[in-house]
Amino acid sequence: MSSSPTAEQLHAEFAALYPPAPVAEKPAPAPEPAPVAPAATPDASGAPVAPAPKPAAPKAPVGPILQTEPPFGATAVDFAARGFHLDLSIPAADVVSVAERLYRHEFSLDTMTGVDWMKLNQMEVVYDFVHFTTNLHVVVRCRVPRDNPELATISSVFQGALWHERETHDFFGIRFLGHPNLVPFLLPEDATYHPLRKDFAGASD
Amino acid sequence: MLLTKEQALARSTHSVGGPNETFVLNLGPQHPATHGVLRVKLTMDGEFIQRAEPVCGYIHRMHEKMGENRNYSQFLPNTSRLDYLSAMQYTHAWVGVVEKACKIEVPERAEYIRVITSELNRIASHLVGWGAWVMDLGGFTPILYAFDDREKILDLLEGICGARLTFCYYRFGGVVNDVDAAFLQGTKDFVPYMRERMKMYKKLVTGNIILRKRIEGIGMISQDMCRRYGACGPVLRGSGIQHDVRRAEPYSIYHKFDYEIPVYHECDSMARYLVRMDEIEQSLRIIEQALATFPEGPFVNPKVPKFVKVPAGDYTYATEAARGRFMVRLVADGSDTPYRVKLRTPCLANLSLFEEACAGMLLPDALAFMGSLDLVIPDIDR
Repeated sequence: MSSSPTAEQLHAEFAALYPPAPVAEKPAPAPEPAPVAPAATPDASGAPVAPAPKPAAPKAPVGPILQTEPPFGATAVDFAARGFHLDLSIPAADVVSVAERLYRHEFSLDTMTGVDWMKLNQMEVVYDFVHFTTNLHVVVRCRVPRDNPELATISSVFQGALWHERETHDFFGIRFLGHPNLVPFLLPEDATYHPLRKDFAGASD
Repeated sequence: MLLTKEQALARSTHSVGGPNETFVLNLGPQHPATHGVLRVKLTMDGEFIQRAEPVCGYIHRMHEKMGENRNYSQFLPNTSRLDYLSAMQYTHAWVGVVEKACKIEVPERAEYIRVITSELNRIASHLVGWGAWVMDLGGFTPILYAFDDREKILDLLEGICGARLTFCYYRFGGVVNDVDAAFLQGTKDFVPYMRERMKMYKKLVTGNIILRKRIEGIGMISQDMCRRYGACGPVLRGSGIQHDVRRAEPYSIYHKFDYEIPVYHECDSMARYLVRMDEIEQSLRIIEQALATFPEGPFVNPKVPKFVKVPAGDYTYATEAARGRFMVRLVADGSDTPYRVKLRTPCLANLSLFEEACAGMLLPDALAFMGSLDLVIPDIDR
């Protein structure tokens, strides 16, 4: 219940809860060309069907950020380079308990939003928390499946989330379970589309 | 007089329709006191508010989507159209986040120009907020004085960037035009002029008994409430939290200047009024110091490419706009177009606490309270 944590204390606390995963994001580009060549050879030789368990190969050349799936963990971030101090990736089931923890530390909910990672078939929900006396800026993120994006509301802890969650639902179609009034906030009241989804083609009505 | 919700409801049992009769009053979206297209759905019990539910989105333009289908420089004019009264700080956040991500260096002269123009813009914005608020409360004269002074600032800024409202003056790596001697001299003259005016404003308005009776003790916002809703700017500092992005997350060259962050502990509308009046003086101090040490040199980094490509990653950059913390969250994929732009605007956070703070309030008090939040509706609706 320490009310004003230092950056180190906070990082230690969350790193104990969500230890940073070992660095294993670099060798992603290597396996790309491999699965294509063997697919042709079994056909020509007439050999018995050997099902190659390689259904998901990265296709379109996208930026590296679109391919990596950040593992759960707490990472201290260089403020001068990125603009925040602590980056925390958590499972969607933990949002409320993490929000409660941050509220006990007297953090304030700065904002929250979504990001559509269509290539990974995921939706990311990003929460920004700032502390008014230690000036820490903590980013909390969690990913939910894109075809069924839902997670618990944190509006019982931070009431500011009532509007942010409505807005995120407007733009991305992410459902916040337990939200008392998840109706369109900025979009028209009968809107059924979610314009910030990457496959949004335009509101046709 | 401030009533708790229970007191107000106890009182309202004397209203005509009996203890449980309420009616819905629709305030806005076209209402002079909401300064734009904000609608508030009020559930009234007599003259007391049971529930005040702001309805937003009437001027929604989907700036965040626009950010995803134009390149980094093309999005710059959009940022000055959110809170059009403090456009400088908003464009500053956008150029700031791109400069941070691409590690673009900004010449010192450009930073000085940015600080001076941002602070001038803050004064102009506070003058409008102040004049319009006092006009809401029934005092028509002050806004005419305020617009007179604001005109002087707008003339100065028009001289260097051509615009009078939606300034788009900053560029990646600097500013678009250098300032001339007329601007520097005009700003130098403006500082003592504005100080004299502030004395007059204090006599004319701040001490006015009618104003004080209308806003003292009205619209209490506790520190806990500030945290739960993410309140920012003068609203936060009027509740005794000394938090200012210029100090807390230092950007540009604000660390070079000596200035105070005004803070009042009363948590009421008067405290927010006084914070804004004090901030004008602090902005004048910053301008004065910046002019005294104004350096020579280039006004823009010549090495910045025409089409900026931002390395993949996500970045945030916050500035202290006139109404509080404005933050841009940028997710970049390495191309010349943003992957995702999130605009965290101060007015949305400050209005979101309106419903809780208003419960049990008299309707005229709620309008006085709304003025103390100094809302700009396009900033909420984006």
